[in-house]
Amino acid sequence: MDLKNAPQAIAMTAKEFQEWSSNFVVETLRTPPIKPAIDRLTAPIWAWGQRNAIYPLHFGIACCALEMAAASACRWDAERLGMIYRSSPRQSDVLLVNGWISAKLRPTLRRLYEQMPEPKWVVAMGECAISGGPWYDGYNVVQGLDTIIPVDIYIPGCPPRPEAMIDGFMKLNRKITLEQKGTFLD
Amino acid sequence: MTETTPKAKTMSEEMVAKALTEQFKDKITDLQTKTRRVFFNVDRSVFLDLIKKMKDEMEFEHCSSVSGVDMKTNFQVVYHMSSYANKIVVQITVDVPKDVPEIDSITPLYGGANWHERETYDMFGIKFIGHPRLERLLLPVDYTFFPLRKDFEVGRRI
Repeated sequence: MDLKNAPQAIAMTAKEFQEWSSNFVVETLRTPPIKPAIDRLTAPIWAWGQRNAIYPLHFGIACCALEMAAASACRWDAERLGMIYRSSPRQSDVLLVNGWISAKLRPTLRRLYEQMPEPKWVVAMGECAISGGPWYDGYNVVQGLDTIIPVDIYIPGCPPRPEAMIDGFMKLNRKITLEQKGTFLD
Repeated sequence: MTETTPKAKTMSEEMVAKALTEQFKDKITDLQTKTRRVFFNVDRSVFLDLIKKMKDEMEFEHCSSVSGVDMKTNFQVVYHMSSYANKIVVQITVDVPKDVPEIDSITPLYGGANWHERETYDMFGIKFIGHPRLERLLLPVDYTFFPLRKDFEVGRRI
């Protein structure tokens, strides 16, 4: 057995060998010709998983939150489409902003966005979150969510009906399918 | 079983108006009475004494609201004091000059006035002397303007 290429393998304990070999596998998989190929092959699987279990943050600001509540109740039952509300930003995929963003809320909202793990998406629901809405030019309302964080989907309406909200999330599903953000070994 | 009988009215609207005008005389102006309502304007110098008298001697146990008005020439602070015993709501307006927008705080007497006064400060910049914590309530602390003043220019700030 020629061990010229792996001199350290001669004086290894079993534990060290296990570590070295698993590192060798991972490093090989992460090198350029292999990783893009794996990513390309597995991306549809990640996208499938992401779009079918899309967890918005349970964060109601204003009257659009009532539509959010109605959409998750028995009549529309958004949970059948995988929208399950989580109470922690660390467990959510989607930041659903549904209402006016006051100047006091702005840093908190930015922080919630930063706390969410990648991959993450942002949905602006209702006129207030899109552009300030009735509070356009107001002294205390942020003029659109996209002035502080990047937005993926806009759901217009004042407030949008639950069907519109579900439709917006279906659009987001489409976007997730096309974007294929998920990667292997990251 | 004890029978609950409605408590008798202790003071009528006219009695309230009379008791206040007797003590404060010309400091009270624009006095009006309606059913269950008394309206008047009082001078800033005797305002705290008047509120003390209303609380201690006339059973006005609740401060319903404190709000501000910008009359362009001066500010007005409007108090609604209510009394369950008398079944009366008294509306007191106090004129406050624009160059010295200060008035005595009634928070030491009525704890419920605390946030009402803070909101009035927030929107009009009227300072309530003796308030335990006169800070911005609804707006961020770093704002430098008072948005409900008439000289506030409408427009985007953020």
